[in-house]
Amino acid sequence: MKLKYILPILFISLFNIACSSDDDTPIINEIEDLLKVQDIINNTHTIELYTKSGMFYTGYNEVSIRIKDNTNDAFFENATINWMPIMQMMTMQHSCPKSSLTKAEGKDTVYTGFVIYQMTNADGSGWSLTFTYTINDVEYTVTDTINVMQFDNQNVTSFMGSDDTKYIMVLIEPDSPKIAINNLKVGLYKMESMMAFPVVENYTITLDPRMPGMGNHSSPNNTDLTYNIADGMYNGDLSLTMTGYWVLNLKLLNEQGIVLKGEDVTEANTQSSLYLELEF
Amino acid sequence: MKKLTILGVSLLFSTLTIAQETSTIKEQDTTKLEEIIIIGRRKLSNYRQEKTLSSIDDYLEKSNRITMIKRGNYAWEPALNNMVSDRLAITIDGMQIFGACTDKMDPITSYVDVSNLEKVVITSGQEGTENAHSVGGGIDLKLPQSTYYDSGLKTSIDLGYETNGNYSVGGLDIEYSGNKFYANLDGIYRKSDNFEAGNNEEVLYSQFEKYNISFQGGYKLSKSHVLDANIIYDRATNVGYPALPMDVSLAEATIVSLKHTYKSDSARIKSWESKLYFNTITHIMDDSKRPDVPIRMDMPGWSDTFGFYSKATFKKDKHNLLFNFNGFYNRSLAEMTMYPNDTSQPAMFMYTWPDIRTLYTGLYVKDALALNEKETISASIRLGFHNNKIAEEAGLESLQIFYPDIEDSKNRFLISTSANYELKHKAYDATFGLGYGERAPSVSEGYGFFLFNSFDNYDYIGNPTLKNEKSLEANIKANYYFKDFKLGIESSYFHIMNYIIGEIDESLSPMTIGANGVRVYEGLNYANIFNVYLNSTYKISKKVSLNGTIGYNHGKGSNDENLPLIRPVTYLAEINYSTSNFNAALQLDGNSTQNKYSSNYGEDKTPAYTILNLNLGHSFLLKDNKIILKYGVENLLDKNYSTFADWNNIPRQGRNFYLNISYVIL
Repeated sequence: MKLKYILPILFISLFNIACSSDDDTPIINEIEDLLKVQDIINNTHTIELYTKSGMFYTGYNEVSIRIKDNTNDAFFENATINWMPIMQMMTMQHSCPKSSLTKAEGKDTVYTGFVIYQMTNADGSGWSLTFTYTINDVEYTVTDTINVMQFDNQNVTSFMGSDDTKYIMVLIEPDSPKIAINNLKVGLYKMESMMAFPVVENYTITLDPRMPGMGNHSSPNNTDLTYNIADGMYNGDLSLTMTGYWVLNLKLLNEQGIVLKGEDVTEANTQSSLYLELEF
Repeated sequence: MKKLTILGVSLLFSTLTIAQETSTIKEQDTTKLEEIIIIGRRKLSNYRQEKTLSSIDDYLEKSNRITMIKRGNYAWEPALNNMVSDRLAITIDGMQIFGACTDKMDPITSYVDVSNLEKVVITSGQEGTENAHSVGGGIDLKLPQSTYYDSGLKTSIDLGYETNGNYSVGGLDIEYSGNKFYANLDGIYRKSDNFEAGNNEEVLYSQFEKYNISFQGGYKLSKSHVLDANIIYDRATNVGYPALPMDVSLAEATIVSLKHTYKSDSARIKSWESKLYFNTITHIMDDSKRPDVPIRMDMPGWSDTFGFYSKATFKKDKHNLLFNFNGFYNRSLAEMTMYPNDTSQPAMFMYTWPDIRTLYTGLYVKDALALNEKETISASIRLGFHNNKIAEEAGLESLQIFYPDIEDSKNRFLISTSANYELKHKAYDATFGLGYGERAPSVSEGYGFFLFNSFDNYDYIGNPTLKNEKSLEANIKANYYFKDFKLGIESSYFHIMNYIIGEIDESLSPMTIGANGVRVYEGLNYANIFNVYLNSTYKISKKVSLNGTIGYNHGKGSNDENLPLIRPVTYLAEINYSTSNFNAALQLDGNSTQNKYSSNYGEDKTPAYTILNLNLGHSFLLKDNKIILKYGVENLLDKNYSTFADWNNIPRQGRNFYLNISYVIL
């Protein structure tokens, strides 16, 4: 009777010992905690795209990239990579804000950057990614279509300011919001042309988070967002008093303090025309 | 109405002018400012007669100093000296136990029933700090003592019915008392529909159902050593709270204790009692029975307490010393989940009590020194260490939204001390007392997170940075005896510094839909609370007696605002007829208009009221068994009224006929 219980335990422990003895030379997995979005392949190389979720969504996407040699399945450590996302529309095409791609800190084969898709088609189609990269002074290029899914909440917004400039604003942090004072990080870009989206510096973004489901409940100790030269983004404190659906009501002010977009939340006006959404 | 008042006042004055002493069920030990309510269920009484199956709440309400705050027909919250549970030390036979409801819907007294208890000891102010620090006083609900009479088995059956609310009660009590072994098992079941206020006005959501089972076992190890074990299980379901936006689907408590008692007549140590205990409470608020709510929500809460005490009494020369070393560890956790009307949005969650751990250890010492036959002085001190810790990281972070600099742990040292002088003569006795005491903020006051108070319609935020509340008090109690007349006065004055109360913070946005705003607990510079009661009894003949009481209370803060829940002028007059196996009493009970209400804290002017009650009791033997019959009419004139202590002015019970039968099989 007792043997019935002891035997499986014995087997399990033996099995564990057997397994663990294999791990003498641990191989560092450079893509740990990342999921592959897709491979983009040309004749010589395979470009592997990774994100945390294994998908591209509208809004801010942190992307990790490896380039594999198709001949020997080895990853290059000395590439210089440029990329260009393009949205093909009926009559025109445009790009979106993005960073450059640089070698990930502490890794040999992984290059990282971010891309901010401001919109997508309902079925996720329309976007393509072109990589132009140099390995050992030889330039290669590869292009493929990608799928960008619409994120449930408004985590990115593009709008026309009162200065007749088109801006793109994106929520970057909190990545996993908490009932606490969260660090709110927002990116702000100017649409200079269809292909150029430079960072807008030294503006101010006021913040008023609300819960429409709770009679537009707000929270204390929020701070306005100010520009941080170090990361080229806007940072502030965001207090979230409970989990649920939050609307971050915002106002964008330029260096002279002139409101370019957004209104105060009042009894009559329950939401600013400039806002981002958050759910947790 | 006017006639009633005149009748009342004249009854009162008649007792004041012509006077006499009667025995009362309230044993009043004048050596302390203490009042003991005996839960003498199956005895006839000639003072504020109670039903056999009264709730604990009904018993407590008979004390002058206690008022019961009502949010419905169940689980009333006791207030002592016009102070509620945060300022009181409410214990079950020395055991710390804390409600699990953030909205005070489950005072400790709701987790015990009359069948569990022998008596209630009420001590005012710093005299009430034997078990814990308090400002207002202590209420200790005493469990029965095991007895070793070798009297064998005794069974009692209690049945009760009340017309108002179709309220029925049943109880069974089996007791065995041997030479060395004692056991008692009892159960009580109560069920009531919605009650009706005066003029047949049904009060919706006032129903409740509960049962309570308890077991006590004792074993006499030797002549002077006894071991006792006690288990109480109490479960209330479907409890309506007409004054609140939510009801309770479950309020459940398990209270367990193990006690060792040493007693000696000869040695210097007169008694030494040590107890280990544990209690756990689950409280689930629910609004599923309410048709219209702005948002659906669940609000469960849990409170677990482990603790011990060890107390000993010594006698040496003229000194009577009492030491009580005790400690407890409590865990209070409550959460709220709200379900948005827009179902595409996710549920909203927060910790309303973010897993607060309270650790307390302290020592209480009291010495009573008899100066001579007539004079006694006594002094007591309690020193304690109190620590609060926020165990839930998310809870700490959520409170840091309001208090960015707080840490997860806070230590406090507390001191409570009192001194009394007592004088006893044949014709009069008097006690004068002075006290100074401190208390730590309660879990809600220190750490509550958006606790909605439907009384003033504000959300409350706890304040972990609160200072200790400190109280200076003076009290006097005197009785004068003249033949069959007794006249007594008792009065207390409290000057409370850092008086903890919610203050409006305009900058904060309420969470509860429809709330007026947010209050944060702050320490008011000071507040003064004063009360005085005049009691008189007069025995007209051997069978007929009169009792009368009139009381005045006052409470004001340093901001010149009236404090909330301060009782207006109150009076009670009673005429009694009693023989050994029959009694009858007609009672007149009332309050004056509440003129000094606190509009700032959501109160409005409560009109005066007077009600009449008629109580009758019989006891007789049937063969060898005893039958006790108690019956009567409460609110005889079917007055529709509410008192200052009724949450959101919900009305009190209208006319109610009741009948309680107890059958004791000896």
